[in-house]
Amino acid sequence: MNRLMKLMTTAAVLLAAGALAPAFAANTAITVGMVLEPPNLDPTSGAAAAIREVTYANIFQGLTRFDANGAIVPDLAKSWDISPDGLTYTFHLATGVKFHDGSPFSADDVKFSLDRARAPDSTNAQKGLFADIASVDVVDPATVKVTLKKPNGSFLFNMAWGDAVILSPKSIATEATNPVGTGPFKFVNWVKGDRVELAKFDGYWGTPAKLDKVTFKFISDPSAAFAAMMAGDVDAFPLFPAVETLEQFKADPRFAVIAGNTEGETLLAMNNGKKPFDNIKVREAVAHAINRKEIIDGAMFGYGTPIGTHFAPHNPDYVDLTAQSNYDPEKSKALLKEAGYPDGFTVSLKLPPPPYARRGGEIIAAQLAKVGIKAQITNVEWAQWLEQVFKGKDYDLTIVSHTEPMDIDIYGRDNYYFNYKSDAFKKIMADLSATTDPAKRSELYKAAQKRIADDYVNAFLFELPKVGVANAKIVGLWKNQPTPSNDMSEVYWKD
Amino acid sequence: MSVGFLPERKRGLWAAAFQSKSFALGFAVTAIFILAALLSFVWTPYDATALSVAEKLKGPSTVHWFGTDHFGRDIFSMIMVGARTSIAVAFVAVGIGMAAGVPLGLWAAAKQGSLVDEVIMRANDLVFAFPALLIAILITAVFGPSAINAIIAIGIFNIPVFARLARGAALTLWTREYIFAARVAGKGALRISAEHILPNILNLLIVQGTIQFSLGILADAALSYVGLGAQPPTPSWGRMLSDAQTMISLAPHMALFPGAAIVLTVLGLNLMGDGLRDIFDPKLQRSRT
Amino acid sequence: MVPYLLKRLISLLLSLLAASVVIFLVLQVVPGDPASYMLGMNAQPETVEALRQQMGLNEPLVWRYLTWIAGLAHGNFGISYTYKVPIGELIAQRLWVSLPLAIYALLLSTLIALPVGIISAAKRNSASDYGIMGATQLGIAVPNFWFAMLLVLFFSITLRWFSAGGFPGWNAGFFVALKALTLPAIALALPQASILARVMRSSLLDTLSEDYIRTARAKGLTRGQTLVRHAVRNAMIPVLTIIGLQFSFLLAGAIIIENVFYLPGLGRLVFQGITQRDLIVVQSVVMLLVFAVIVITFLVDLAYALVDPRLRSRA
Repeated sequence: MNRLMKLMTTAAVLLAAGALAPAFAANTAITVGMVLEPPNLDPTSGAAAAIREVTYANIFQGLTRFDANGAIVPDLAKSWDISPDGLTYTFHLATGVKFHDGSPFSADDVKFSLDRARAPDSTNAQKGLFADIASVDVVDPATVKVTLKKPNGSFLFNMAWGDAVILSPKSIATEATNPVGTGPFKFVNWVKGDRVELAKFDGYWGTPAKLDKVTFKFISDPSAAFAAMMAGDVDAFPLFPAVETLEQFKADPRFAVIAGNTEGETLLAMNNGKKPFDNIKVREAVAHAINRKEIIDGAMFGYGTPIGTHFAPHNPDYVDLTAQSNYDPEKSKALLKEAGYPDGFTVSLKLPPPPYARRGGEIIAAQLAKVGIKAQITNVEWAQWLEQVFKGKDYDLTIVSHTEPMDIDIYGRDNYYFNYKSDAFKKIMADLSATTDPAKRSELYKAAQKRIADDYVNAFLFELPKVGVANAKIVGLWKNQPTPSNDMSEVYWKD
Repeated sequence: MSVGFLPERKRGLWAAAFQSKSFALGFAVTAIFILAALLSFVWTPYDATALSVAEKLKGPSTVHWFGTDHFGRDIFSMIMVGARTSIAVAFVAVGIGMAAGVPLGLWAAAKQGSLVDEVIMRANDLVFAFPALLIAILITAVFGPSAINAIIAIGIFNIPVFARLARGAALTLWTREYIFAARVAGKGALRISAEHILPNILNLLIVQGTIQFSLGILADAALSYVGLGAQPPTPSWGRMLSDAQTMISLAPHMALFPGAAIVLTVLGLNLMGDGLRDIFDPKLQRSRT
Repeated sequence: MVPYLLKRLISLLLSLLAASVVIFLVLQVVPGDPASYMLGMNAQPETVEALRQQMGLNEPLVWRYLTWIAGLAHGNFGISYTYKVPIGELIAQRLWVSLPLAIYALLLSTLIALPVGIISAAKRNSASDYGIMGATQLGIAVPNFWFAMLLVLFFSITLRWFSAGGFPGWNAGFFVALKALTLPAIALALPQASILARVMRSSLLDTLSEDYIRTARAKGLTRGQTLVRHAVRNAMIPVLTIIGLQFSFLLAGAIIIENVFYLPGLGRLVFQGITQRDLIVVQSVVMLLVFAVIVITFLVDLAYALVDPRLRSRA
């Protein structure tokens, strides 16, 4: 009797749960809009941000990771010890971790992944992150020791990148189309050209995700994105392509507009190695000819923080140098005259596809025209931009956002497309990489920012905003974008 | 549309043309746009490239007749200047098609059945078989986007059209007695083609030219819509439409006016073409296609 | 007949070969490197080189052409650089969108155009004839992508009857998928229908003036009977030719419309392939489209030759 009662109660509970299930189901699934479709889903052999926007922190995990505010926190490595000379990192790995295919995760996978990334035939887009690694040794299944060639203050930061995630050797061949990681979500399906579907991974070692199902839907057309949000086809669009329509979402209580920062310093890059921009006076003249406010209003509909150097304004080490290159067309004209161009000159302005570049470029061309510089616009695709501007350095002016975090070191690289050569700057960078003391590093970062602003290497425009739209009931989306990611692990619907 | 036309009256061609209502209407519409394009060289209500971000996305008003775009540029002025680009691109592209296609077609007709004929006609088929827009995109991917490359891309696809038309028309003429007479008199194929055949197929070519002109306007619009035509700040109708697309819920006027300009120009040219066909070949009146 | 067929077949093969060479060569001169594109701005030169090696881009030109052609002959299109899946698979997926869209658009256009064209011809020079011919003039003059934008503005944004783009896949249900293709199909069908209606009308008018129609009328058939029993059927030959051509056009020509509505079709695949320099995809899809047109044209010619033996002598 008692038994029967128990059984019946259980059945009733199950039935009730079954009846309630649809109501719950509606609240544990989310559709996230993305502008670009990832070419494949392997973040260790492709640079496309879209790969990370799907996989980072959802499917794949690294030793360390970025949290929502850009801080480096433990991930697969629960903790680590750094030797006093800064050369040896001993990582203590999380235990009970399983890959989505059921195989256990261990120190061997870490060694495999790091060795693969730095191998001679590696196709890792950020191979430089691993350049300082001398060896990776397995101490025991839960401990791995990484030895560096020289001290590197950014090593833990480097290991947080999407390119440094840990993969299983078993699934490596099919990672591009069927990614297998250790994250809270597992890959389910990819309808090419339309969407990628993920589902909660029941064997996840950490705090389980609150969502059961995540769908990334690819909508590149801004008006289609607008309509999809309005119609509820998409629940969240973290990098919304139609900034011009944000006022409509702000006015609608169903939606929340989330405006934050990215790590993208948007520049009007000048070819420092080519006439007339090899003359610092000309570069300064360009800097003063630019009206940042007009560009942000006209091209970004008011979103974006002006910058005066190549550094993210939300970083504590940022120095506001915008006043040094304020909008002053008269000064600009005077500088041009001094430089020997009283009547200005004609140059080319190559614009890659993103709206910040295409729209910003038209405004900048008009601003430059006012001081006598005639900028002839050519719209180029990314592939052409990479070939002609980035690789071939065949350009005068171009607009591009440098979205990698903490990438001021690019000004010290030889043969970088800016053609900027400064031993003073290289010295700062060399000191920086040899310094681990936070206070000294901060001073060096500030010095680096001032150096490039004083040399007017480029016209620094604004920090690319992360402007997203989401259903007002969704909680837990990242406000800022310290790294390309749509981390869904803590996202949920409130009732 | 062309009912009142009576060719027997032997008025001048010009007067006869205006008897055709479709020609008259088409001519009027086309003339408006050509005049607007010419006028834009000396006058537009505003500077078509002058930005004024504060004035952006204003609807049509007495100040800005067609409103302003997302940079606060005057759309009416942009359409005037854009007419210049579109008409020039389409016109030159048709010119290329005729200049290369007609001689090829005449050559093929003169050597009917020979290897030359076969090669020319198969090459034509081949060009026809390529998806035109894709090839145009490829051409601009190779040479970079510009009005010139848009002209070349459109022009290439005009060549087989004229080659085929010229060959077909010339073939029927080659069977005529007066051509036979000319051959007997010792004239070479080249001379016959130039002196006897070309003048007789000119009408056809003009009609087809008008049609291709209108198709060229459409093709230019499509190419600049995908960003492969004239580069900014030069206004072009297609790019105005692609700019308008993201703002369509916010500022529909940005899409309506350039679109209407394209439709009217193409319509005008097509009506002109129809009218011309009626005038040149009254028999065809019943089957205007 | 056999020599004619043989001759045409050889010329068909030569055309395909010529097309493949042209496509391959054009794509070789396209600036931009798929490996650099994939690895982005921070990549080191040797990484790019390693990826090029892995993609097979460092093989000699002729060798790559021959491998491609040999693969094509076996129905093997190769592996996409960016998606890293067999191209045949990609094409098959995309065809499930492009093919239904083309058929849908063609059906719409045919269903509208034929009756309209017949009415127009039957009531020649009437007010409705002028109205219809005027409307078709307009239909031809409207750029389809602009028409598509207007459809989106009206039906998606204002009325919210249709979603503004995207394709849920056939798994989402037949009618759901069909609904997603409706606005694109209408946008594609409008100019096609306008052309087709005009062809139908003129072809019918041509047939109506033939002697046998007059005979039919003289035998006492009514105007309507003649029209249906004799004229329409005979007038269909040019109409069917145009439909055939339009179909191959729709397959390839939907590229802009697929972009406006964000449909994962063949056109979009090529377009993406070009921007990402996934040229192996581009060359295979373009080749496939060219192949389709050449074969359709060949079949049409063949059908004509069967119907009209005189055509066999010229070719």
